[in-house]
Order: sequence, then structure tokens, then C-alpha cells
Amino acid sequence: MAKVLVVTSGKGGVGKTTSTAALGAALALNGQKVVVVDFDVGLRNLDLVMGAERRVVYDLINVAQGNAKLSQALIRDKRLENLALLPASQTRDKDALSEKGLARIIKELRTLFDWVICDSPAGIERGAMMAMRHADAAIIITNPEVSSVRDSDRIIGLLDAKTEKAAKGERVEKHLLITRYDQARAMRGEMLKKDDVLDILSVPLLGIIPESEQVLRASNLGQPVTIANPLSAPARAYNDAARRLMGDNLAINVPLERFNLLGRIFGGRAA
Amino acid sequence: MGRSYLAFVLAPELPFVDWLVELDRRVENSLSFFANRPLVLDLSSIAPTKAETVEIIAFIEERHLRLIAVEGVPLDWLPDRLAPLPGKVQTAGVFQPPEAEKPTRSAPPPVSWEPEPSIGSPCAALLVNEPVRSGQSIIYPHGDVIVVGSVASGAEIIAGGSIHVYGCLRGRAFAGTNGNTNARIFCSKFDAEMMVIDGLYKTADDFDLALRGTSVQARLDRNVMNIEQMS
Repeated sequence: MAKVLVVTSGKGGVGKTTSTAALGAALALNGQKVVVVDFDVGLRNLDLVMGAERRVVYDLINVAQGNAKLSQALIRDKRLENLALLPASQTRDKDALSEKGLARIIKELRTLFDWVICDSPAGIERGAMMAMRHADAAIIITNPEVSSVRDSDRIIGLLDAKTEKAAKGERVEKHLLITRYDQARAMRGEMLKKDDVLDILSVPLLGIIPESEQVLRASNLGQPVTIANPLSAPARAYNDAARRLMGDNLAINVPLERFNLLGRIFGGRAA
Repeated sequence: MGRSYLAFVLAPELPFVDWLVELDRRVENSLSFFANRPLVLDLSSIAPTKAETVEIIAFIEERHLRLIAVEGVPLDWLPDRLAPLPGKVQTAGVFQPPEAEKPTRSAPPPVSWEPEPSIGSPCAALLVNEPVRSGQSIIYPHGDVIVVGSVASGAEIIAGGSIHVYGCLRGRAFAGTNGNTNARIFCSKFDAEMMVIDGLYKTADDFDLALRGTSVQARLDRNVMNIEQMS
């Protein structure tokens, strides 16, 4: 039975797209059939982070409007054969995505994959509402700072009001993923601590992704960090989060960068 | 400290006759809600002619509702006593109950309030079993509101009676909005943005810093709001 996830946050720049790519790849590495869907019509990014920007022919809007078949728009990942991308349109307007067309696409994706991960645009406008519309579960991305936390709180309220599940009187399953977490700064009081965030949002924690340059480096290479550098701290954190989604019961901690002796020596020389 | 008043906005929809029938039903069901409550009529969405405007105002006033202003039509169509509110300055203080004017089927408000308390319990409290999220309003003019969970920054609770929050109150609380000076606000952890009882309000700047994070109750004592720690 396929599960539709929405990755959402309200605030922009907190790591929705990065997390969508990393979690999608991590689930695929664990043997699951995964599709990541970009809902940011007009400002698409997921194709870049997945390294598929030159392979986009048809997109979500084309399929929703019936101008292309789903199989024509899906881009199969070159590294992982059970990972696919459904890109957003860069040239069209957000309003071009019809409710009916979207419902049909999600229904079809459910038959093809184990996980359908919807990358929501920032904000609480139509695009974000469309991304969460058919979700069974939501991953709320939050940075440990007050404005991100309040925006997440707002989004959680909307998940309970504007989704298909809410309309049927059911609840959308919610998971909190704290990204860009810096243990040292949190200890010094320069960031909200994990417990403060959990206290405000009261949503179960899926994982904590440490702040790391590896994430930015992987994005710029067009690779999800879980593929680019699977042993790095953020990749291990994403992988743990993916396994928790699959039902594994793992203790939550903040993975730290492993002390790499060779890396230190050569890194030091190169510098 | 200062005093604020709540006015409710009536926004008629087309067809007008159906809307009027719905209004009658609501007025009948919640007499206490409409009794002496100042109302603002917003006609911008139905764009009536001058003759229709006069007729609509007559229909509303026939029902003994206290109309204080009309918006959305040219000024010279209105009798002097119903001048529109000046600009947007005051609309910030005007609250619109989510269900009363705009019954939307696709998106029900996350926490419903019952329009009529069940017979035999005239002031049944509204029990909210989950956290109230930023941007949500819980409006319950009939009595107390009990929240089992926190009220987020940017959320608000508006109650005819007292407000009880078993969690952290970070948002705004309006108690006793029907003129109930005995209403109180209780919370197990106090970090509110604003506390209002019967229109008398205090904002975060007025709060004693030592009370932050403690469990407190707020009540009116001869038109002064006291916020005190509970042991």
C-alpha cells in the first residue's frame, strides 16, 4: 500500500527540497520504490538537487492537463533504478495545476510506487495546499529558530484543516524533522534547543539533521546527500529518519561528523 | 491597560433570501450571542444598488440586531448613524466567527464550536483536545473554553466565559466577551501575547516578567486586570 508524504514547512529556505531528495534516495537505498514530486511550479529546484535538470521533457502540469502520459514525464534516477522524479513546470503558472488532474496523478502514482514524496513550495498559498491535499503523512521541516517554528505551527494547523484526510474527519500523520541543527550553538543558547521546538510544536520527532557543509556540497553536485556521501553525519541522520518512516524503531540522536584521520591529514596538507 | 470592543461582521451572500433565512435560524439558535452585540454589515461582496441597500438595512434592523456600521457601499447611500468604519484602522479589532458568515464545505475549521449548547447544560464548556496552532481562532461565545494543550503564538481563544489552558498560553486570550466581568483566564504556563477580560486588555509589555513560565490566573478587580501566580 503506497504512502503519500508531503514535505512542508511554511517558511522557505529551511531544507524542504534537500530533505525530499535525501529521504527519497535513502528510502530507495533501503529497497523501496520511491517517486519524488516537485510541486513548486514556476520555481522548480528538485530536478537540480536530483541532478536531472537536463533530462526534463514533460512535467507535472503536462500530465495534469492530459498533454503527456505519466510514464513520459517520470524521470528514472541514473544511480538508483527504484527512484524516480516527477518534475514541476518552470514556465507555467501555479494555477495551471487542476485539482482533478492532480487527483488522477496521485492515484496513478500510488499504484506504481511504495512512497510518493511531495515537495511543497514555501508559503501557505495554493501551491502548498495542493502539495498537502492528498497526503497520508506530513514531514514538517523546521530549523531551530523562532520564525521557522511558528510557521511550522501554522502549517500543522492547516494540515488538520485543508487536506483530503481532514475533510474525511481523519488525521494526517505528522513527523517533525529538525534540520540545520548545531548542537554547540543550541547549547550556547544561540538556537532553540530540540526540546524547546518539540514543546512548542508537540509533534513526534522523526529526526535531527545536523548543520553540515556536506549538504550544500551534495546539492551543488546534483546529488542527494544520502547518495553523495552516505557516511557523512547528515546522510546518516537522513537514513535513520527514512528507516523510522519504514517502521524501524531507532533511538534519535544527533550524528556527529566522524573523525577521519586520513581526511584530516590530507585535508590539512591541501590547505 | 485599555478597553477594546468586539463587533461582528455580517457579510450577506447571494441569494439574499437564503442568507436571510440562515441568519434567522442562527439568531434564533443563539439569542445570547446576538443580544446587544454590535454588528457591522459588509455589503462589498453582493454589490447592491442604492434601493437594495436601504431594503437590506431595513431587513436587518427589523430583526432587532444592533447595526453600528455598513461597509462596501457609497457613503451617501447610508443614513448618518451607519457611517462606514474609517479605513482599515478598526477592522483589526473586528472578529469574524469562522462559521457564522462563510459556511465553506470544503474546508471546515479545525476545531468546531457548537452553535447551541445541549439542553440541560446551558453553559457547557467547549473542550479543545489538541494544541491550538498559530493562525487558528477558537470562538465560543456561550461559555468557557478548556484547552488541553498549548495555545501557540499567533493563535487566539475568544470565549464568552472563562478560558482554561492546560499547557502553555503563548497566544491571545479573550475571556468574558459577552460582558462577563467575572470571567477569568487560567493557564498552567504563562507566556501570552495579550490577555483580555470583558474588553479590558493587557499586552505582553504590561506583564510582570516574573510571571512568565509560571501558572497564573487573570481576573478583573474593579476594572483593573490582576494577573497572579497560582500556588
